[in-house]
Amino acid sequence: MSKKDRKNSKVQPVKRVSGKQKYVLKLFVTGNLPNSSRAVININAICRKHLPGRYDLEIIDIYQQPAQAIKEDIIAAPLLIKKFPLPEERLIGDLSDHENVLKELRIV
Amino acid sequence: MKQLSLKPSRSNHIKFPKSPTGFPGLDDITTGGLPKGRPTLLLGNAGCGKTIFAMEFLINGIKLFNEPGVFMSFEEKPDELVTNSNSFGYDLDKLIDENKIYLENLQINRHSTLKSGNYDLEGLFVRLELAINSTKAKRLVLDSLDALFFGLDPQILRSEFKRLLTWLKKKKITAVITAEAGDSFLSRHGLEEYIADCVLVLNNRVTNQISTRRLRVVKYRGSIHGNNEYPFIIDEKGITVFPVDRTVVQHRSSSDRISSGIKDLDLMLDKKGFYFGSSILISGTAGTGKTSVAASFAYSVCKDKKRCIFCAFEESPNQVVRNMRSIGFHLAPLIKSGILTFYYSRPTLQNLELHFIAIKKLINDIRPTVVILDPITNLMTEGPNSDIRSMLTRFVDFLKTQHITVLFTAAITVGSIERNPSDEGISSMVDTWMMVQDIEVEEERTRSLCIMKSRGMPHSHMVREFNISSKGITLSPIIRRIKESVSGAKRRAKENRNLSTSKETNDFKETAR
Repeated sequence: MSKKDRKNSKVQPVKRVSGKQKYVLKLFVTGNLPNSSRAVININAICRKHLPGRYDLEIIDIYQQPAQAIKEDIIAAPLLIKKFPLPEERLIGDLSDHENVLKELRIV
Repeated sequence: MKQLSLKPSRSNHIKFPKSPTGFPGLDDITTGGLPKGRPTLLLGNAGCGKTIFAMEFLINGIKLFNEPGVFMSFEEKPDELVTNSNSFGYDLDKLIDENKIYLENLQINRHSTLKSGNYDLEGLFVRLELAINSTKAKRLVLDSLDALFFGLDPQILRSEFKRLLTWLKKKKITAVITAEAGDSFLSRHGLEEYIADCVLVLNNRVTNQISTRRLRVVKYRGSIHGNNEYPFIIDEKGITVFPVDRTVVQHRSSSDRISSGIKDLDLMLDKKGFYFGSSILISGTAGTGKTSVAASFAYSVCKDKKRCIFCAFEESPNQVVRNMRSIGFHLAPLIKSGILTFYYSRPTLQNLELHFIAIKKLINDIRPTVVILDPITNLMTEGPNSDIRSMLTRFVDFLKTQHITVLFTAAITVGSIERNPSDEGISSMVDTWMMVQDIEVEEERTRSLCIMKSRGMPHSHMVREFNISSKGITLSPIIRRIKESVSGAKRRAKENRNLSTSKETNDFKETAR
């Protein structure tokens, strides 16, 4: 599942909407454990709904790429990192509360 | 596997598998080390030595038992750990290069801010697995768990922690997990209910301004262990724990004798002197010649070409040498030839364990026949008496297992000559107890010596007069003159003679000028 999503995220056309910033997001998941699966579904839904055409989402499976876990200093998973716009934010959890995610990531 | 489990479990041949820590003493207390392939909880307040304990456990594992290790730190960064450990003489960089040890820092505080929904600690598991696989680790340290509890949901953490322990057990990793000690529970977060196998508690108490570190095995499932609090020290060689030696009860008792160095005293002790490997106490008030008796023993031992360690807590070695020269014991050449070794230290300089460990190290280097502690009462000034006594008992036990004869001197105050509580505590652990005191005979202070007890030999009960002269120490019967007036007259005559001779010498000096 994660692989498919990653593929999707790469395919997603990057458009720049004037006046609004593009979001660069990284979601670190652990295979298809329930929390991770839910997080993937949730982040995709949030992005499509609230950030149409102005996001770049990368989904990384740390089972496949454990070095990433060290690089990003991951302990709890799933972890969503908002790389851009600054400041960088880190959000752990399955992202099931969409409103809360938007608020925490300051997505407007 | 099946065959193994079918074996009768009562058989003593199947031993509980253990991972030796390599710490002197601790493996005795735990009868072999920490439970192999299981997690151990190490509790203690800040500054108790948890991190260095954990680090040494890994390093000993690598150096002594060829078991690679992983150190996961939530607090210190790898380079800090390397620097700190190098101050204990370990070359951690080399071990890292050899892929024997793996250090990783887990920064937990970055996660503390934002949460949304369920999560687990898979990230930690992934990193642990990576680290364990890369080094083929058998030992693991998590230092310290409390950092985890700062940012994350306790409920999730508890279940994840439980999962982690099961996971570690499945991987057969001997893990040491450190945590702060708590008030109501053993640990701050009540973690000990999860780690049921082995719990160690470290503490650091300050009594009479001298701090002592102690270690206690609270729980060790499936194994016998020492229950007491054992003092331990951290010095430049790492951690050393002091257990009461288990083998002490069965130590071999020699019936060989060793001369006390005073012919007349040997006569009092069944004509042969002390037992070899026994413990001897000389107690007495100030200025009664305790050190002289001790020095004469040391001198005679050294003359027999046997090594001796003289631990002076009161006088410096040079002072002892000078003073003893005046009564005919020339110690300086013996020191030069290495047969007599002085250990000199101020009792208040360091805590008692450090004194004893220093002396133990000397003993291991020199392998002496005799150790002299002069005086032990000076050590009593630092720390409560019960501590000193247990420490001394342990020290005497250690010496007995090594078949070393030990002689202590103890200064007691005048008034309490007969029964001094501190003496009583010590005298129960000594084999031969001698008392030197000033008694008044015919209005003259006379040094006297008597043997209070001497286990396993017929000994004299006489109080003997004890003379120190430039030719050494002699004992003689106390002569009580029957007629007081005669003795008084004699004394006066003697004193007059003394006066006149001193005058003469003064006159002589003046004329010489």
